Amino acid sequence: MSARENILGKLRASLQGATPIVDNFDEALVTAPWSYPAEERIGRLRQLMETVHTEVHLSTAAQWPTLLAQLLRDRNLDSLLIAPRTPYGQQLQSAWEGDTQAPQTKAYDRPIEAWKSELFDDTPASLTGTLGAIAATGSLILWPTADEPRLMSLVPPVHFALLKASEIHSNFYEVMQRFNWADGMPTNALLVSGPSKTADIEQVLAYGAHGPKDLVVLILEDA
Amino acid sequence: MSELFYNAAPNATRLAAPVPAPREYPASKPARVYLFGTCVVDVFFPHAGLDAIRLLEREGIAVDYPQGQSCCGQPAYTSGYSDQARTVAAAQLELFKQPWPVVVPSGSCAGMFREHYPALFQEDPARLAQAQALAARTYELAEFLLHVCQVELRDQGSPIKVALHTSCSARREMNTHLHGRALLAQLAQVERVDHSHESECCGFGGTFSVRMPDISGAMVEDKTRNLIDSGADEVITADCGCLMNINGALEKQRQPLRGQHLASFLWQRTGGGQ
Amino acid sequence: MNSQTRIPALEIPTTFRERAHTALGDNQLRGNFRTAMDSLMTKRALAFADADEREELRVLGNAIRARALSKLPELLETLERNLTRQGIQVHWAETTEQANEIVLGIVAKHEARQVIKGKSMVSEEMEMNDVLAAKGIECLEADMGEFIVQLDHEKPSHIIMPAIHKNAGQVASLFENKLGVEYTRDVDELIQIGRRVLRQKFFEADIGVSGVNFAIAETGTLLLVENEGNGRMVTSVPPVHIAVTGIEKVVENLRDVVPLLSLLTRSALGIPITTYVNMISSPRKAHELDGPREVHLVLLDNGRSQAFADSELRQTLNCIRCGACMNHCPVYTRVGGHTYGQVYPGPIGKIITPHMVGLAAVPDHPSASSLCGACGEVCPVKIPIPALLRRLREENVKPPSDTPLLRGQGSKYSRKERLAWNAWARLNSSPTLYRAFLKMATRLRKLTPANIGPWTQNHSAPQPAPRSLHELAAEHLAKGKTTP
Repeated sequence: MSARENILGKLRASLQGATPIVDNFDEALVTAPWSYPAEERIGRLRQLMETVHTEVHLSTAAQWPTLLAQLLRDRNLDSLLIAPRTPYGQQLQSAWEGDTQAPQTKAYDRPIEAWKSELFDDTPASLTGTLGAIAATGSLILWPTADEPRLMSLVPPVHFALLKASEIHSNFYEVMQRFNWADGMPTNALLVSGPSKTADIEQVLAYGAHGPKDLVVLILEDA
Repeated sequence: MSELFYNAAPNATRLAAPVPAPREYPASKPARVYLFGTCVVDVFFPHAGLDAIRLLEREGIAVDYPQGQSCCGQPAYTSGYSDQARTVAAAQLELFKQPWPVVVPSGSCAGMFREHYPALFQEDPARLAQAQALAARTYELAEFLLHVCQVELRDQGSPIKVALHTSCSARREMNTHLHGRALLAQLAQVERVDHSHESECCGFGGTFSVRMPDISGAMVEDKTRNLIDSGADEVITADCGCLMNINGALEKQRQPLRGQHLASFLWQRTGGGQ
Repeated sequence: MNSQTRIPALEIPTTFRERAHTALGDNQLRGNFRTAMDSLMTKRALAFADADEREELRVLGNAIRARALSKLPELLETLERNLTRQGIQVHWAETTEQANEIVLGIVAKHEARQVIKGKSMVSEEMEMNDVLAAKGIECLEADMGEFIVQLDHEKPSHIIMPAIHKNAGQVASLFENKLGVEYTRDVDELIQIGRRVLRQKFFEADIGVSGVNFAIAETGTLLLVENEGNGRMVTSVPPVHIAVTGIEKVVENLRDVVPLLSLLTRSALGIPITTYVNMISSPRKAHELDGPREVHLVLLDNGRSQAFADSELRQTLNCIRCGACMNHCPVYTRVGGHTYGQVYPGPIGKIITPHMVGLAAVPDHPSASSLCGACGEVCPVKIPIPALLRRLREENVKPPSDTPLLRGQGSKYSRKERLAWNAWARLNSSPTLYRAFLKMATRLRKLTPANIGPWTQNHSAPQPAPRSLHELAAEHLAKGKTTP
């Protein structure tokens, strides 16, 4: 008998004669205390994110490429990793086209194996979109795709994220239900709630452990 | 809480009880109660038991003290000797035949009656019913004075600062710390002071204090230091296990601070004689 | 004591009591733990300020875990089916030896030389680092706390904060000695040193190993939480990812993780959510540009099925590994995690370890508690820890059996003690005998010895009162003061 059969056999024997417990999940417990009117959500999200050292800026669907260029200049970052096949990737490329002052962009458009060293050693910042955010916990929702691979939001020390204000939801449960996550999860789904941190030494909070040291969120108020 | 799985299949997965509603108390004082003194009070602090009786009598309640009582059985139970605990528990069950409330001047023993007797008699339907009935009418002393007697205490003593230590089972199973605070708050000349890490265990834990004396000793050392640092003139507690532990440590440390049982303190402050 | 002091072999404490004794004398350790636990308790209290919300959520958390356990075999099969369909390879191991064999098999298949590990307590059960090292394979810890203890050849002392027993100065010395960097007590600088060293390792590693916080049957998803990013690194950068977890970590539905996550992060660290919640449902798909090409899940039993077999002890498996129990434990706070000498310290350690290694290996575990109940009060999934400790005490003192429910049952059986309790029971169930005992105790009170072994270590000798309550009550009530 295999390990699998032995284990399952033991568990089944231990449950003989017993009936499974009924699912009495009370969704009010995970929604009622964590529901916010639309006009409050940016405020709540911002408060939670800034508490953990996320930098938050308000912008618009048209203005953000200009803001982003400025933010990169302020930080002396001369290159930005982007996902050129995404709508905002294209918007950015055309906004910065011909602008000699604009930072260089590079595209994550080939498998990681082809350029791993450059990603790790020479990619100071990245820009990703988001699927939205969760006000209750101050979290961005990311579903990495072939167009926007997962290492974009992990390896570069500075991560810029675009968030549409209309896509800020109240709580995680609502997000799962509204978008029917249970129907099919992607390869990788992420909630990102700030720059990387640790309190492992004397419980003193330090930022920039292994993930990005800086998370900068651009909230598009009119999108 | 235990009712949830008594009738379940033996292999059933257990669920925790839903959040309990606050305890409902009788609308009026009973004419008569039983007192279960507890063995520690019996042997080491009998005046705490006597003062409990007097406090109840002063409220116009007649007290019955069954002479057949001994120990609630907890020492054997927590040591893993359930059969022996059951033997002793069964003997106590026989003593409280009338449907009167049973008042207990100790949180841990009251907790034994209320929470653990039903568990002990799971396999014995007749005794289980008896235990459940007993549990429903068992009250810790402070709880009973506050919520059933609706006592109104008049302080006749001089100003004093006290610290209140509540036993873990009393605190966690019966909110005794709140009852104790409320009773002390009625005494105008008594100032209750907090002590650091007030909700932390004093280290008694019954047989724990003799099985793991190093760890228990470290705990009572911290507890006594915190009590001394609070600036209290006296330590009050509603549980004599803790009292024995704390006083015994204070004495060994040659510290002047001492504790006494809540019952004795309340009786003395409100003009009760010796 | 630094790692260079040589300790004579005869002096190494080998029992719980000996280790406790040593730890209690270490003022720095006690100070470190007191400060850390106070901070964690305060943070948790702030995060759960609304008592009603907290208590209702705990009941829900308990129900979700109990429901999963009540269907565990079915859910494990559903999990396996969904994971497999999505390309994740599922392996089963009854023992840590089998689990290590599986991992070594994957390592060999890929001719891996370097393994990088995110935080995994199950991998500690497996002693994976040592097993791989014995085969010449580097297995490096990437979680900052685990990295620190690994450098110092120590085991973690807490399940969430592995290096909690160390202060910044100790870490500074360690980094200076082992990494050759300049001494600095600045925590930010220390973390940046760790980041630099480990970033190179993420880059180079052939295989990434992680644990799993929740394995979701409904969607075939492995959910991991973390603050540092090492979990995402080890599950995203190396070409192969091996996840190891206990068989009890399954939850039925995706929505079940919502309350469990809230309970976990608030109970563990007093935060609304961790920096990252990482949900993995397949290896890299054909058109994707990164992520591991191979993902494995190893499901480990290692004694969990023994706990599962008894409906009372099964509740042990509700655990979501938050650490709140040890944060609130007055024993753990005073002796620290290493005193337990096992993978899991604190209250959860005391109730789960007997199933993993047998009671005979940890005979003092069930007794190392005053049953204060602080742990049970904060457990987010309402494990009745004090009741389980009491139950394990009972199993510990039973006469050894040929067909024990638990391995090592009866490891503290003592005929003498059993007889003493029998005598105690006779005494306390016979009013005549008991009253005779009272007479003797009170009349002979002056003969109480000044030294009563362990009690008088910390207390003056207790003396019975001159007259018992039995006597005082009889006299008082006979005076006719029974009617108002």
